Amino acid sequence: MKPTDVQDPNYYHKVVDCQWGCPAHTNVPEYIRLIAQGRYTESYMLNRKSNVFPAILGRTCDRPCEPVCRRARVDTSPVAICRLKRVAADLKGEYGHLLPPIPARKNGKHIACVGAGPASLAVANDLMPLGYRITMFEKSAKPGGLMRSNIPAFRLPGSIIDEECGVIIDMGVDVRYNTPVPSLRGLLQEGYDAVFVGTGAPRGKNLEIPGRYDTDRIHIGIDWLESVAFGHIDSIGERVLIIGVGNTAMDCCRTSRRLGGKDIKVMARRPRDFFKASPWELEDAEEEGVDILINFAPKRFVLENGRLVGMDFERLSWDVQAKKSQTLETVFFPCDDVILAIGQENAFPWIERDLGIEFDKWDMPVLDPTTLQSSLPNVFFGGDAALGPKNIIWAVEQAHQAAISIHNFCEGIPVTDRPPNGMNLISQKMGISEWSYHNDFNPAPRQKMKHVDLVERFRELNVEVELGFSPEQTAREVQRCLNCDIETEFTPKRCIECDACIDICPTQCLTITANGDEAELRTRLSAPALNLEQAIYASAPLPQTGRIMVKDEDVCVHCGLCAERCPTAAWDMQKFEILISLAGTQEWNTALVPA
Amino acid sequence: MPSIAKPAVLHPSAQRNELGLTLRDYEGSMSTLCAGCGHDSVTAAIVRALWELSVEPHKLAKMSGIGCSSKTPAYFVTGAHGFNSAHGRMPPIATGANAANRELLYIGVSGDGDSLSIGLGHLCHAIRRNVRMVYIIENNGVYGLTKGQFSASADVGTKSKKGEANRMAPIDPIQLGLSLGATFLARGFSGDKEQLVPILKAAVAHRGFAIIDVVSPCVTFNDHTGSTKSYLYTRQHRIRATETDYVPPATEILTEISPRGETAVTLHDGSVVRFSAVPADYNPSDRLAVAKFLQENAADGRIVTGLLYVDEATPNIHEMNNTPAKALTSVPWSKLCPGAEMLNALQEEFR
Ligand SMILES: Cc1ncc(C[n+]2csc(CCOP(=O)(O)OP(=O)(O)O)c2C)c(N)n1
Ligand code: SF4
Ligand SMILES: [Mg+2]
Repeated sequence: MKPTDVQDPNYYHKVVDCQWGCPAHTNVPEYIRLIAQGRYTESYMLNRKSNVFPAILGRTCDRPCEPVCRRARVDTSPVAICRLKRVAADLKGEYGHLLPPIPARKNGKHIACVGAGPASLAVANDLMPLGYRITMFEKSAKPGGLMRSNIPAFRLPGSIIDEECGVIIDMGVDVRYNTPVPSLRGLLQEGYDAVFVGTGAPRGKNLEIPGRYDTDRIHIGIDWLESVAFGHIDSIGERVLIIGVGNTAMDCCRTSRRLGGKDIKVMARRPRDFFKASPWELEDAEEEGVDILINFAPKRFVLENGRLVGMDFERLSWDVQAKKSQTLETVFFPCDDVILAIGQENAFPWIERDLGIEFDKWDMPVLDPTTLQSSLPNVFFGGDAALGPKNIIWAVEQAHQAAISIHNFCEGIPVTDRPPNGMNLISQKMGISEWSYHNDFNPAPRQKMKHVDLVERFRELNVEVELGFSPEQTAREVQRCLNCDIETEFTPKRCIECDACIDICPTQCLTITANGDEAELRTRLSAPALNLEQAIYASAPLPQTGRIMVKDEDVCVHCGLCAERCPTAAWDMQKFEILISLAGTQEWNTALVPA
Repeated sequence: MPSIAKPAVLHPSAQRNELGLTLRDYEGSMSTLCAGCGHDSVTAAIVRALWELSVEPHKLAKMSGIGCSSKTPAYFVTGAHGFNSAHGRMPPIATGANAANRELLYIGVSGDGDSLSIGLGHLCHAIRRNVRMVYIIENNGVYGLTKGQFSASADVGTKSKKGEANRMAPIDPIQLGLSLGATFLARGFSGDKEQLVPILKAAVAHRGFAIIDVVSPCVTFNDHTGSTKSYLYTRQHRIRATETDYVPPATEILTEISPRGETAVTLHDGSVVRFSAVPADYNPSDRLAVAKFLQENAADGRIVTGLLYVDEATPNIHEMNNTPAKALTSVPWSKLCPGAEMLNALQEEFR
């Protein structure tokens, strides 16, 4: 193996599994340490720098960081990263003064954003401090997009959306509410320097089976949720069937439960292992008494005298991979209402097809996935409107990238010139066996979120179910973080090969051995490095014997004992910080913690 | 002293031995020795050897004297028995314990000061008695615990940290052992566990007194330029005179012997030590030849390591003294202490 280049920002970044896994690369370990120190406002601001909506995401994020958390490999369950984000948001203080200043003198460029959802707002968040003028068009009366219309208030209170959207709008964004954009041509003719399309994936998929249009008791999930959110619907029949088993289905069944539904069944085509919904959302729904039935494919809606009375389903049996199915029988389930939650689609009826924006065979705009620029150079996309429905955190990351592109475009720099990422690596040594971070391993299990009891939560539609972590739970959960950003930094020329680090390492990460190629080296380490997704570090040849130091990054708990037992300080614990560039790379973006 | 105890977590591919224990189960409390001390690596080698042999922790007795080295039994197998004796007195204590309970495995850990200065006489007699135990000397050429005075193993000309040279001839425990009839002699290096672990395993299987002299650098007082017991000096002057491989009993080994003319010594319990890469006509059972080999190499300034001498024929302490086959704890009290009448009768015989 060639010596590992730790100066490549990606090497240590990958070691910080959560940050690497987060589409927006939120600096998770640092924000958790700030919470541990009671510095909630700073923790919130550090979050905000990458993910823009910490309070919203602390309740609703898909949490791609958690399945990859090193803690899950060490003792089964990941750190409750998402819920700790909420703690920072709940306990933060005044932060207006920590937001970037908005220049009074504008830069003369004017951007139009279509939609006032997370993608458009995040673009505005990045561009307003650079002096842009932004006009945002929103079809409804409030900002937030699907965060408001599709996520029920018992999961995400409206006040939280108001606050985090408000902070951006208050930077001076000109939002035109109740103003859908009927024609992109018309908008372009208004002379904006660039247009950002952040209209989401607004169309719920339909289910074309017999009986579909013979009753008004069949609802499209996201439209129905939106009507509930805006107060147009406030009741539902007692027996409800939900078709589909993604997160929207979970929101629909739990909302039904609050609007009068008593017998609510979620009907899934496939077995549980193949569900789209996050496990915790399934758990929450089941806790509320919703039944989740597997292996039922909808066949037809059954009506009697023009009234919906139920649905016929085919009961299926699947092969192991749930690829091929066999129909066993037809089963009838009675119901009063049906909600279809089988996915979302993009729809751009308002974009004329002769403007120069190329669309592919799925009727999606053709974009450069890095720059998010369309084939019409001044039109950019982001969020669900860009590359198909994903989630809020992806929308934010795409918005960051689109903002960089828009800024480059307006400055006359090629959009493909992406600003490079930088890194900091700073020793955490405070003295002999003393570190500036808490290096001890806390064996505490993952803290369980407390919920409002089952009576109280149904009293009103908007009673938030999750109570947030108590101070005691927070104190324990922050200690579970393994500080994966505090890196074991090795200086080969200092090593005297005394083996002290190898002997002390609790997880047998270290080996001094003859060099070899990676695949072969992995087999003859102190413990075989079988997790190929995790890097192994190889040093330059050691001075005394010419062997090399190898470290398997997989389950290093960053306890710092190797560095404590090293007599020559060949090992040191150094805090790694990746410096991710945003549009304009404002100075406030690179400071680890706001002063 | 580390800031924290070693986290109780395991690598996902951590193995378990026949008893279902992991390597971590053979550890002890956190070492308080200097960071980089060779003694900690010897501890790690002991942990590995005992784990690989699936030694039951409660069947182990850890013996030691005084010194940094003698502190180390606290750092392995917390569940074992142990006795930390006065300076240099571990051999007689271990001899007594051995006589009383022959069913335990005795591992003594001592230093060059503890064994070759104050305890030298005791060590010689334990060798002569062929006490059934593993006797490890963590040899750093200094009295580490008392801040680095030359010990009796310091070579002529080796320099102290302040630059002063030693003039007295060293005592080499291996050559000493050879002259006193020791039955198992090996030298290791704390920086080479690959060599040390099989030697330790063979020593555990040996039926008599097994001496392992381990060059174990003192990073604080004896790892400088001019020292002959530093990591660098040892690496530069060491030869691995023999490569050994420990094959536990009941393992089919005949088919494995390669055609390279290796020597194999069968130990009393049926296990086998296989020697490979030995110098031409090296015979680990020929006391005279080994003594010559050691003296020649010492004269050339080479540090000879490996399992150097094995003698499985000489009777051990129990055989020489005809001791009961079981631990004294299992002998009935009436037999252990036959009473005043028997004593009187005995005394009568001598009147
Ligand atoms: C009777 C007695 N004499 C002297 C001492 C002081 N003393 C403590 S440790 C030691 C030497 C230890 O040297 P060594 O056995 O080589 O151990 P190391 O610390 O080098 O591992 C001495 C002389 C003592 N503790 N007791
Ligand atoms: S003084 Fe020397 S022998 Fe004692 S612990 Fe420190 S390095 Fe080891
Ligand atoms: Mg010593």
